[in-house]
Amino acid sequence: MIDQHLTDSSRRSFLRTTGHLMIGFNLLPLAYCQSKGAENEILDYPGIPVRPHIDPKLIDSWIRLDAEGYLTVLSGKQELGQGIKIALIQIAAEELDISPDRCRIINSDTGQTPNEGYTAGSNSVEGSGKAIRNAAAEARMYLLKMAGEKWNTSPSSLSVKNGIITSPNGDEISYWKLLEGKFIEGNVTGEAVPKKPQDYQYVGRPLLRDDIERMAKGEAHFIHDLRMPGMLHARVLHPPSYSARLESLDFSQVEAIPGVVKVIQNGSFVAVVAEREYQAVKAWQKMKSLAVWKKSSIDKLPDQLHDSIKNTSGNPEEIQMSPGIAEVHKNAAIRHEAEYFRPYQMHASMGPSCSIAVWEEKGLTVWTATQGVYPVRATLAELFSLEETQIRCIGVPGSGCYGHNGADDVSGEAALIAKQLPGKPIRLQWMREDEHKWEPYGTAMAFQISAALNTSGELVAWDTKIWSDSHSTRPNGRAGSFISARHLEPAVEFRKGGFSGGSYRNGIPEYTIPAKQLQLYNYAGPLRTSSLRGLGAYGNTFAMESFLDELIHKAGKDPIDFRIKNLEDPRAKAVLETLAEKTAWNSRQKTGNNGFGIAYSRYKNSTSYFAVLAEVEIDKSSKTY
Amino acid sequence: MPENISLKVNGQSRDITVEPEEPLLYILREEFALNGAKYGCGLHQCGACMVLADAEATFTCLRPCASFEGVEITTLEGLAKNGRLHPVQKAFIETQAAQCGYCLNGMIISAVALLESNPKPTTLEIKEALNPVICRCGTHARFIQAVKLASQKLNSKP
Repeated sequence: MIDQHLTDSSRRSFLRTTGHLMIGFNLLPLAYCQSKGAENEILDYPGIPVRPHIDPKLIDSWIRLDAEGYLTVLSGKQELGQGIKIALIQIAAEELDISPDRCRIINSDTGQTPNEGYTAGSNSVEGSGKAIRNAAAEARMYLLKMAGEKWNTSPSSLSVKNGIITSPNGDEISYWKLLEGKFIEGNVTGEAVPKKPQDYQYVGRPLLRDDIERMAKGEAHFIHDLRMPGMLHARVLHPPSYSARLESLDFSQVEAIPGVVKVIQNGSFVAVVAEREYQAVKAWQKMKSLAVWKKSSIDKLPDQLHDSIKNTSGNPEEIQMSPGIAEVHKNAAIRHEAEYFRPYQMHASMGPSCSIAVWEEKGLTVWTATQGVYPVRATLAELFSLEETQIRCIGVPGSGCYGHNGADDVSGEAALIAKQLPGKPIRLQWMREDEHKWEPYGTAMAFQISAALNTSGELVAWDTKIWSDSHSTRPNGRAGSFISARHLEPAVEFRKGGFSGGSYRNGIPEYTIPAKQLQLYNYAGPLRTSSLRGLGAYGNTFAMESFLDELIHKAGKDPIDFRIKNLEDPRAKAVLETLAEKTAWNSRQKTGNNGFGIAYSRYKNSTSYFAVLAEVEIDKSSKTY
Repeated sequence: MPENISLKVNGQSRDITVEPEEPLLYILREEFALNGAKYGCGLHQCGACMVLADAEATFTCLRPCASFEGVEITTLEGLAKNGRLHPVQKAFIETQAAQCGYCLNGMIISAVALLESNPKPTTLEIKEALNPVICRCGTHARFIQAVKLASQKLNSKP
């Protein structure tokens, strides 16, 4: 797509004009950034050269117009399959009036993107999108000012179409020609006014994700697809349980396997490195059969879990109290009480966790499918007693990211292995059983709800008790968050996640109820738990909405109509009205052989609205119930 | 002991020296530098590793490479003909049928195999054909939509 907008500046002169900014950043893994043909297509970025992130206040930290006629967006948020690459491009393209096909994006790289913490909580468009929108609006204002000065006219008299500024006299210049490969030397001041939604041409339209095309063609996309010159393959032999210790393992038998380059042992952390991936798998199988572990028994088996969680000792956290709620209950016309339970849940991503790490004289580079490259960098810094500036974490999409899965752990392990083989890129991929046994789980939870209606059928009291372990054990600069840190010699003590608001996310109903109460019992369960899709929201919504259906049934009311009448927010009502309309609820056959479940929720009680109807039919001919 | 194995992948024959028991998946990814077939479960249970073996959707993460001698192997990369994507690939792109996309290989390979033998499948037949492939993101409704679109594309061809 060559066009007339390009400046004469070559990439080389662009590099020269920006060279001063590269001073002080000495960890460019250039050997891996340069193209190695199709092998490295994920890493080869044809736009702007790598440059360290300096300050989120600079326009240039989010938006760059390069010498070759493209717009590059930089975001600290990772693409997880939620489609933020195209969403963020749309936002930047909109503010600058550039066609989205002239825009590219770099996500999550401590070497060049802003630090936006974790890609979590459905916040990427809200957070990163806002920053990019403001920076892009500011860039447009800056460029119009430049053109105004050039033509001695007011910036407000100028218009832009696909990156070309036009004056009332008919003068034309592209952004790129105007900048001549130089940077936009400005800050995001907040003075620029973003476009009005009614003027949008790209935002709000379903543009295609180009990563889907890559995947459908079988092009490299996932971290699993990265190939590097001299790369070796590793497998970790995880212990049979969290606290197991290695007693013995005849390493000579493993080292004798063809292709094995090195067997690594550090305390109870054991790994093998081989030339070919399958050789590493074979060696891993051998190690598994040879290893003798000192194990302690698991103290809570699945059938004991419910009692264990309900017997949590100590006083509950009083999240919201309603003195006198017991009295309201006592005087109510209809009362209902029920309990719900959710077992531990796995992320069970389809592709096992994978990472590549390389140690060079200047430091450590890790390609990682983490949701937070900066937090992982801080955690690696503590694990290896390095300065953060000696580590670069480059985000690459992984498989099925629904929260804190094994992506962070495998990155720490790849780095531990790579340290033993300096200069060699080490690709570590977990086996399927590693994934299921060692990922942080979504916690088991228990819910107890009691509620009451008055004689007019209005909700008057809603009392909830939740039992839950932590929903956040993400590494935030503490090496003990990495699962293998506890197996090292000397061991880094495992760092359990703090109990947090995640447990009662969506726990307090939005419905109009005079007396609402919520208490949380923090449970220290037997498994490592962390963030998984919506944290407590999923369990809380399941319990709350199942309970409400039961209560409405007891009261003999219509489940959709009842919800609409007990909500104040017009958008909440609208989503339920839409559900009723789309499912033809009022004219729907209710035969007695089918049952319905309704649920309404607004995520975090503050973001997206959602309503669902589930229809279950009993096939009496096929089974006895 | 490594042996000489002759494989025909995406129309090209190649001899490689490798342990005959090595599963085909590793050969495809390492020797042929292909990305389509992926490691998912390592147990022939999730479908991430599927290829077409003589037009049949086949698991590759356990089955020894030597057993594929004399078989026409087609991977996701080999579906495009003369630079034109297969109608199933086009349909998956148009439908934007992916969240994370790790299962896409198995879904597309299974859909191609289905439409080859049954160009106008019913929704149930589509579900049955895609059933061996596991998607953890929950993109199933889009996959069914994509296969229906691919079926239309194939049948509207002159």
